[in-house]
Amino acid sequence: MRRVYFDNNATTPVLPEVFEAMQPYFGEYFGNASSIHHHGQETRAAVERARESVAALLGCRPSEVVFTSGGTEGDNLAIFGLAQAGDHVVTSTIEHHAVLNSCKHLEAAGCEVTYVPVDDRCLVDPDDVRRALRPNTKLITIMMANNETGVLQPVEEIAKVAAEADVYFHSDGVQAAGKVPIDVMRIGCDLLSISGHKMHAPQGVGALYVRKGTILQPMLYGGSHERSRRAGTENVPGIVGLGKAAELAREALERGDLAKMGAVRDRIQQTLLGAVEATGVNGDGAPRVPNTTNMYFDYIEGEALVIALDLKGLAVSTGAACSSGAIEPSHVLTAMGLRPDRARASLRFSLGKQNTPEDVEFALGVVPSTVARLRELSPVYNKTAVSH
Amino acid sequence: MLDSHTIAVAMSGGVDSSTVAAMLRAEGHTVVGLTMQLWNQRRLAGHPGMPEAVQGRCCSLDDVYDARRVAETLGFPYYVVNHEESFERDVVRPFVEEYLSGRTPIPCSLCNNHLKFDELLVVARQIGADALATGHYARVEFDEQRGRWLLKRPADLSKDQTYFLFGLTQEQLSRTLFPLGGLTKPEVRELARRHGLALAEKPDSQEICFVPGGDYKHFLDAYLAEQGESLPDTAGELVTSDGQVIGEHAGIHNFTVGQRKGLGIATGSPLYVLQIKGDTREVVVGNQDELYSRTLRARRVNLIAVEELREPMRVAVKIRHRHEPGPAILEASGDDEVLVTFDQPQRAITPGQAAVFYDGDTVVGGGWIT
Repeated sequence: MRRVYFDNNATTPVLPEVFEAMQPYFGEYFGNASSIHHHGQETRAAVERARESVAALLGCRPSEVVFTSGGTEGDNLAIFGLAQAGDHVVTSTIEHHAVLNSCKHLEAAGCEVTYVPVDDRCLVDPDDVRRALRPNTKLITIMMANNETGVLQPVEEIAKVAAEADVYFHSDGVQAAGKVPIDVMRIGCDLLSISGHKMHAPQGVGALYVRKGTILQPMLYGGSHERSRRAGTENVPGIVGLGKAAELAREALERGDLAKMGAVRDRIQQTLLGAVEATGVNGDGAPRVPNTTNMYFDYIEGEALVIALDLKGLAVSTGAACSSGAIEPSHVLTAMGLRPDRARASLRFSLGKQNTPEDVEFALGVVPSTVARLRELSPVYNKTAVSH
Repeated sequence: MLDSHTIAVAMSGGVDSSTVAAMLRAEGHTVVGLTMQLWNQRRLAGHPGMPEAVQGRCCSLDDVYDARRVAETLGFPYYVVNHEESFERDVVRPFVEEYLSGRTPIPCSLCNNHLKFDELLVVARQIGADALATGHYARVEFDEQRGRWLLKRPADLSKDQTYFLFGLTQEQLSRTLFPLGGLTKPEVRELARRHGLALAEKPDSQEICFVPGGDYKHFLDAYLAEQGESLPDTAGELVTSDGQVIGEHAGIHNFTVGQRKGLGIATGSPLYVLQIKGDTREVVVGNQDELYSRTLRARRVNLIAVEELREPMRVAVKIRHRHEPGPAILEASGDDEVLVTFDQPQRAITPGQAAVFYDGDTVVGGGWIT
């Protein structure tokens, strides 16, 4: 059966070049990067080369890159590394759970948190962030790109708000890295987390940009790895993979590959809007990363559509999966003010570098007919049809 | 079967539904496993009287894990679908309200009517399945003469679940498969073993899935507290059948018709709950003999074997899950209401429970006792 993967915001396949770069570090080069002998020196050099590559992608100094196990750890390290009991933190209602649940935990631990809303295009208003500031505000943490809608937040303006108030600004850049250029100097943020597996590196590796001079309370205690900001023997193959993926991402951005991907995404959107009635784009009109579109198909349950499409070979997603694998209503779409039924009727298509024009044709062929079958069997759709 | 169909199997993670999946797969059907996520056990964990840790059997991660393992072992796709919102609306809320108005509800029938054979069947058809199979012990067959789908008692009468299935419509029955209808439980376990299912020895679940330990009173308290509501004051008087007040009680939801213990009254002869009056909050008590009655009325009737009740019909009527059906006359007594007159008086006919009518092994229909 032909299988097409349009869920690249969940995870991406490791690119062949990345896999190839990693392979020697499972056997030939196996040293502990902290060891003083030859074996350690080889892997130390590889880790530092990767650090340079990630720094080049983010526009920072290599010494400002801390390798982590992924986006969740980066977000946690930034938040718990800075906020202490009595501090106030500003975040938004559309953050990833790695940030939202960290903030909930902060509240339980004696911090105050303000969750600024978004408008119907999924955008945070920097003025709302400014108004949320208090004398004890320590940190603003607002994502660069939303994982469900792909909407890019006005992080440069938020960084100005933070700088004026002398407050730390962390941005979850997991869904932006590799999809849009990131320059932490231009943005003006103090911390920014990225994840390897969202940009064709393996799962289990990520990085946190920490502006020079920022004192972070570590979350893991042990050796003095990563300048004592993150103890634990380095995941050398993963870090090498992230370094290679960062290099490829930079090249792709320079070549204009992502603009092309944006054109493909737009074509998918336009074709589906034309082929299926009562359909629309969530976050339409806002700047978005070029690989993502989130569309609603009224009168259906997104969950059933995801299953039906999977059985036909197309992998897409809706909402966020809970521990059992069931879909929970999307807090992002709800925060944008979508009606609950429309939030449940929404689907995310997210493209990756590996997708081909044939993949796109396949998806465009299978989605309209599947939506039609679901609607035909939907009690809501039939009731609505009768009442018209 | 010769032609292969796509069949969705409602999987609970138990031995019955897992064996159904294995049987259908072995017959060459394309199987898709579906588990409904209905209730989040963590919601009420830690409330007074509720377990600290999650240990209920409903939608536990262990059960999903077991179902997923079966799907993986047998090689078919498996999905968990979230129906928590409608389960709360259509099953949990009515369950709470029934108790608070002095009735004794059966959530399993509501779940079958509104969730399993309604919403899940819709999902099954939407994803391309022709039918939905479940691990219920019951049989469904088409009667050419009557032109109707029939619901029948299973081979293993000790496992008979037709009492909870009386609400199924003709449309639902036409798309439902009960592959265990001809098997006994030991045979099902043996089949599970033969198909190499690791859960062949998993114990049966008995209690109401979302009420841990079966303590519904604690559940009512915890649920209402979570909703920011408090248990309404349903305290009132204990009266005898001739209207004499003999004491007070703390709330009608603590009682079930036929209950003897917990009345808080010391008298010479044992007293039983005869009736719970939701409007006046009176709990009527009396002796054992007064518990017996020959008639009942049932509403919201669903007829399966016949299209309508044109004339009185001889049937056997079951008034609770563990009740030996009693011979009776069934007749229409109003719009969507029937009157059942038993040959012999029956003990503790309980409002809120279902009355299910049988003609031999065939379910004629059923309704809710008023």
